[in-house]
Amino acid sequence: MVHPSDIVIWIEQLHKIYKMGETEVHALRGVSLAVKHGEIVAIMGPSGSGKSTLMNILGCLDQPTWGQYTLDGEDVSQMSEDALAAVRNRRVGFVFQSFNLLPRTTALDNVLLPLVYAGVAPRERRRRAVAMLEAVGLGDRIHHMPNELSGGQQQRVAIARALVNEPAIIMADEPTGNLDSQSGKEVMEILQRLNRERGITVVLVTHDLRIGHHAQRVLHLFDGKLRREEMVEAPIQAVDTVLEAEEEPLP
Amino acid sequence: MKVLESLRLAVKALTANKLRSLLTMLGIIIGVGAVITLMSVGEGVQAYITTQFQSIGSNLFFIIPGSFEQELKRPAYLTLKDAEALRNPLDAPDVARVAPLVQGNERVTTPGKDKRVDIQGVTPDYTVVRNWYPRIGEFISAADNQGMARVAVLGQDTADYFFPDDPDPTGEVVRIKGIPFRVVGVLEQRGGSSFGSEDAVILVPLNTMLSRIAPRRTNRGEPRLSFIYVQAVAEERMDAAIEEVAQILRQRHRILPGEPDDFTAISQSDIIGTFQQITGVLTVFLGAIAGISLLVGGIGIMNIMLVSVTERTREIGLRKAVGARRQDILMQFLTEAVMLSLLGGLIGIALGAAGATAISYFLRDEGFQAVITVGAVVLATLFSAAVGLFFGIYPAQRAARLNPIDALRYE
Ligand SMILES: Nc1ncnc2c1ncn2[C@@H]1O[C@H](COP(=O)(O)OP(=O)(O)OP(=O)(O)O)[C@@H](O)[C@H]1O
Ligand SMILES: [Mg+2]
Repeated sequence: MVHPSDIVIWIEQLHKIYKMGETEVHALRGVSLAVKHGEIVAIMGPSGSGKSTLMNILGCLDQPTWGQYTLDGEDVSQMSEDALAAVRNRRVGFVFQSFNLLPRTTALDNVLLPLVYAGVAPRERRRRAVAMLEAVGLGDRIHHMPNELSGGQQQRVAIARALVNEPAIIMADEPTGNLDSQSGKEVMEILQRLNRERGITVVLVTHDLRIGHHAQRVLHLFDGKLRREEMVEAPIQAVDTVLEAEEEPLP
Repeated sequence: MKVLESLRLAVKALTANKLRSLLTMLGIIIGVGAVITLMSVGEGVQAYITTQFQSIGSNLFFIIPGSFEQELKRPAYLTLKDAEALRNPLDAPDVARVAPLVQGNERVTTPGKDKRVDIQGVTPDYTVVRNWYPRIGEFISAADNQGMARVAVLGQDTADYFFPDDPDPTGEVVRIKGIPFRVVGVLEQRGGSSFGSEDAVILVPLNTMLSRIAPRRTNRGEPRLSFIYVQAVAEERMDAAIEEVAQILRQRHRILPGEPDDFTAISQSDIIGTFQQITGVLTVFLGAIAGISLLVGGIGIMNIMLVSVTERTREIGLRKAVGARRQDILMQFLTEAVMLSLLGGLIGIALGAAGATAISYFLRDEGFQAVITVGAVVLATLFSAAVGLFFGIYPAQRAARLNPIDALRYE
């Protein structure tokens, strides 16, 4: 039995229909799902199955055509645009496949961006952004521009940005999709560590089953419906594989 | 998001692309520069004309024969007797002085020099009425006038022409129409005026002028005057004096009630008013042209802001994803547009002021000085800010309305 206050995401019979002129695309066809606080959940499925659509709704970037969505105890399925912006700012952190850092803007300024819209004072913003960059291992890169950082480092900046306003949940849509396997493992290591140490809930979308098995639960989406739920007995611990790789002698 | 934040973002966006920002501002710079220069020059012209005519004196008016407004049945004249009638303190208590004047343009010679010069026949009151006194020597006296003496007072330009090496030509002789006149004085320099130099003149006694140089008569045989200077007792009594003079002249000229005057009284304020009207219309006209260039500048800003919104679609999407509300994005782009146009406006003001100063410098010998008024500067500043606001609102709204998902997916 799960206590309601343990649940951070609660969706019921979620539908999303995209209208493109005459044609309608039924991207989500009744998805129901609950995510507990402190869980890592992976969503997998073939291309076009509706993973990103679901993530966008979970992240309050988009609204469902029908259905209920309760985030952290608050019904967000009927919220106004500005109210949704506030929810995105306070409760959700995003990590995108393509990093989406502001160009010509330092890692520090990228990370503190959510705090700007949260109305945090400049000095406090800076302090928290620096602390967050240190937490993702980029304490020595705070004044670097995105184009001066590797892909893995850029994604770590993005994770720092997602976390800086202390959201309840991180949404990561293929966070490792643009990275080589080593950088991908590093990103997963950070997400698992943040989950372990800070109890942050992570929902991530991936194509890669090996990435998916870092989660405690894998949801398989087909044609806009959840078809299968897989409990992972022993999630892969990225910290081990990262260390293994580092210990491997150079060929 | 705070205003300061928007300002910081705008500065960053504008400095990220300095050349483009500058080129975008160019329209506003030129527009505002033109407005400031034209307005300053316009103000300068008004001030210039005002000082030019203030030298006439504020309690002075003059009467010329004829009318600007109506066609007259009879030829209009002013005679010496008209002028004398105005001196009657009973009929014209508000008239202080009357200075009749006859103008001519005659050939004047000295040994080796020969030139046509404006000759004015005047009475001793002239020097007081015009507030224009001899620099050396003396003015024409009442005795000179009564005795039709052949004496002359030279303007500085005339003195310079006929006696270039002689700082004191009194006692010398000039021949006007061949008649020898003794120089008794040289007038202080008046400098240029809107009508050319007043200093290129020779003054002689009025009676001498009438009898020997310009023996103009009415058809009844009376000496004809060119015009009459009338000085009122005080500036406040100007209108009363003009009214008294008009009554006297209408009576003397036997003008029936309802018929138009056959003379016109012109005061300094009339002239200044007329010129101010002309320069005012000109300023408005030129201002309109400058306004059009501001408009064009504004459209340029709108164009670049639209380009900028498109270029930064992903940035907008991201900002929205991390919590920016519509109004935050709106403010960001609006601030940028206003900053562009305001900065352009300020540069334009500086440039316009420089232009006005340059014009003043080139015309410094004419005594012209452009006047940069606070009003013009404030107006230009407000106007350029308004242009930015007006032309920035549409691009900013487009940015604010972007859907975050579409914006993030934008290539
Ligand atoms: N903005 C949109 N307008 C119209 N149709 C859309 C839109 N976004 C997604 N779709 C459609 O909805 C369906 C699900 O798309 P979605 O992006 O969620 O798939 P996905 O599972 O994330 O795929 P991928 O693995 O390729 O990222 C697809 O058929 C897609 O064409
Ligand atoms: Mg996708």
